[in-house]
Amino acid sequence: MELLSGADMIARFLKDEGVEYIYGYPGGAALHIYDALFRQDDVKHILVRHEQAATHAADGYARASGKPGTVLVTSGPGATNAVTGIATAYMDSIPMVVLCGQVASHLIGEDAFQETDIIGVTRPIVKHSFSIRHPSEIPTVLKKAYYLAASGRPGPVVVDIPKDMTAPTERYEYVYPKKVKLRSYNPVTRGHTGQIKKAVDMMLKARRPVFYTGGGVVTGQACEGLTDLVQRLGYPITTTLMGIGAYPQNDRQSLGWLGMHGSFESNMAMHHADLIIAIGARFDDRVTNNTSKFCPTAKIIHVDIDPSSISKTVRADVPIVGPAGSVIDEMISLVQGREPANPEALGEWWDKIEGWREDRRGKLYEPAEPGEPLKPQQVIETICRMTRGEAFVTTDVGQHQMFAAQYYKFDKPNRFITSGGLGTMGFGFPAAMGIKLSYPDDDVVCITGEGSFQMMMQELSTCKQFGVGVKIVNLNNGSLGMVRQWQDLNYKSRHAHSYMESLPDFQKLIEAYGFTALKVERPEDLEPALERAFANKDELVFLDIYVDPREHVYPMQVPLGSMRDMLLSKTERT
Amino acid sequence: MRHIISILMENEPGALSRVVGLFSQRNFNIESLNVAPTEDSTLSRLTVTTVGDDRVIEQITKQLNKLIDVVKLVDLTEGNHIERELMLVKVKALGAQRDEVKRTADIFRAQIVDVTPSVYTVQITGDAGKLDAFLQAMAPIGILEVARTGVSGISRGDKILSL
Ligand SMILES: Cc1ncc(C[n+]2csc(CCOP(=O)(O)OP(=O)(O)O)c2C)c(N)n1
Ligand SMILES: [Mg+2]
Repeated sequence: MELLSGADMIARFLKDEGVEYIYGYPGGAALHIYDALFRQDDVKHILVRHEQAATHAADGYARASGKPGTVLVTSGPGATNAVTGIATAYMDSIPMVVLCGQVASHLIGEDAFQETDIIGVTRPIVKHSFSIRHPSEIPTVLKKAYYLAASGRPGPVVVDIPKDMTAPTERYEYVYPKKVKLRSYNPVTRGHTGQIKKAVDMMLKARRPVFYTGGGVVTGQACEGLTDLVQRLGYPITTTLMGIGAYPQNDRQSLGWLGMHGSFESNMAMHHADLIIAIGARFDDRVTNNTSKFCPTAKIIHVDIDPSSISKTVRADVPIVGPAGSVIDEMISLVQGREPANPEALGEWWDKIEGWREDRRGKLYEPAEPGEPLKPQQVIETICRMTRGEAFVTTDVGQHQMFAAQYYKFDKPNRFITSGGLGTMGFGFPAAMGIKLSYPDDDVVCITGEGSFQMMMQELSTCKQFGVGVKIVNLNNGSLGMVRQWQDLNYKSRHAHSYMESLPDFQKLIEAYGFTALKVERPEDLEPALERAFANKDELVFLDIYVDPREHVYPMQVPLGSMRDMLLSKTERT
Repeated sequence: MRHIISILMENEPGALSRVVGLFSQRNFNIESLNVAPTEDSTLSRLTVTTVGDDRVIEQITKQLNKLIDVVKLVDLTEGNHIERELMLVKVKALGAQRDEVKRTADIFRAQIVDVTPSVYTVQITGDAGKLDAFLQAMAPIGILEVARTGVSGISRGDKILSL
């Protein structure tokens, strides 16, 4: 039997749980825990420069690895600084455990120094939260936290730890709980067989089918199964932003991703489909556009592990509650040895889709004329080529995010890392940091904008301290480009506060931290700069790339329209 | 339509706030809410009456079920059920009013549980409709104060909501 203080239990538990990195920032209420971390070598703590970055770093790691990320912050301002990152993880169903210091139990409710009711503050943005009431419950509560964060539909879990729970003088027995049970929480392990049969029958009879898959397939580690199923049937597939890479984007059956800035062929195929096979996707408003005009001729099969996702915004004809993996496997075994019933209709369907594809080929954007600034799209295409489409790509939020999603082609899941649901500017750089630490041999590129980067740029200091060699590509358009685009379209180009006056000299800024920065202003400088940036995997390099500030992201769905109502360029619409 | 949803949840601090918070977060409506421990000290029972179309009610029950602290729930209005609410009402009772209050209370099978020279306190149980009707009947006499518990309910017959 081993007697440990609460703080030592936490450190020990993290080791036993297999946690390699935690991201955090110390403060009074967390100091016993920090002391325990100091006295061990198994769990590595990464000291960020702002607690929001800790959550994004843990989140990036979780998205890349599929395992929960871990954050440690102090009470009050430490915890409230983490809120944006918790909400970001919540919206995208990312597993994360956030350990928050809290004032000592006897002070709770007295407005003590650095007291915040963080359980209350985070209640709507967590999967669950716990407050430690006795040091001896630390191992089980932490086990529950990790179990909840990672199982079912994953999400962030907050654990509030009053300072007296971690006091070095109070020691209790520590046993690592291998398993925990919660009587009120039993995520489904498989779908209803009758429903799956019904779905497969519909799939085989379909004339104009489309797979529409989301992050649930990635989290459910069901990408191989999905690829198998889609290829057996020979049907087109489009994914959500969160589902990018679940099916190889370079394959002919992939239509790319769908929704507000999704591909023309994806949105057209959805609108004209007679059957939509939705797996691990949630029909959110950035996908569906106006739900009353959504896919007027389609029946909908909806597979999701979270029953509340089904028929939330769009009514499902065949709801299937279950994890993507096992449902897809069952579908595959039911499809085996059978052929789609309408090969001719399917042939015509593909002709239509190829027609849509052909319509837009070569027209996606206008390449820069000699003497014109670089086009952001062109920059992404070049990065994709030079990293062979294999890098981890994180993004911030804005036009650069959409361009990255559109022009970098991913054949693997867990590689395109973006804040889809919350759209959090500032996410990309710390997320890249969290990934690079765990995948030191891979290229990790953060594609950002000068607006977003300035929200979390203090993390340069963290990268310096821990030698984190991420590549930062700043698509510098001198403006809050996405906001500006909306103002161009909806406010007669009245650019209310979407410009970026007084930008820093990024080169000098980066150099102040001891890193290399290259300024790219002419098209011919792009490739050499990228070569230089990717020459050394361990080196942080910042590319300040000046891109055309007038560029817009297209296609763009027309507000209140159907999925097929899109602006295709500044002068064309469907 | 009006629905009565009964929820068994962990008797843990914070559980109630999660349930109540859910309603405001997701823009669901709460007409009444009542909560108390059960015979099993680890569980509380919460009954909420809400109004919404089928789609909204489906979301409410699904979202409630998703809360980790919620162990089980039932939409009582889906089947035969018994619905009760208790109400205490203070009414003016001077002179002729005293008889009038007494008579009306008798008609509604309500009891007068406290008396002063000028005020009667009446206790009445029933479904929400009966309580509303009683208030209407008393209104001309002069209602001074109303305390209602909110609806509690249970299904009829052998069906049980338990672990
Ligand atoms: C934290 C936060 N604040 C505000 C917004 C709203 N917003 C969305 S895109 C955008 C502009 C981003 O500018 P930049 O990072 O330069 O990217 P660009 O669109 O220019 O590529 C803003 C302000 C947001 N998504 N996140
Ligand atoms: Mg910008």
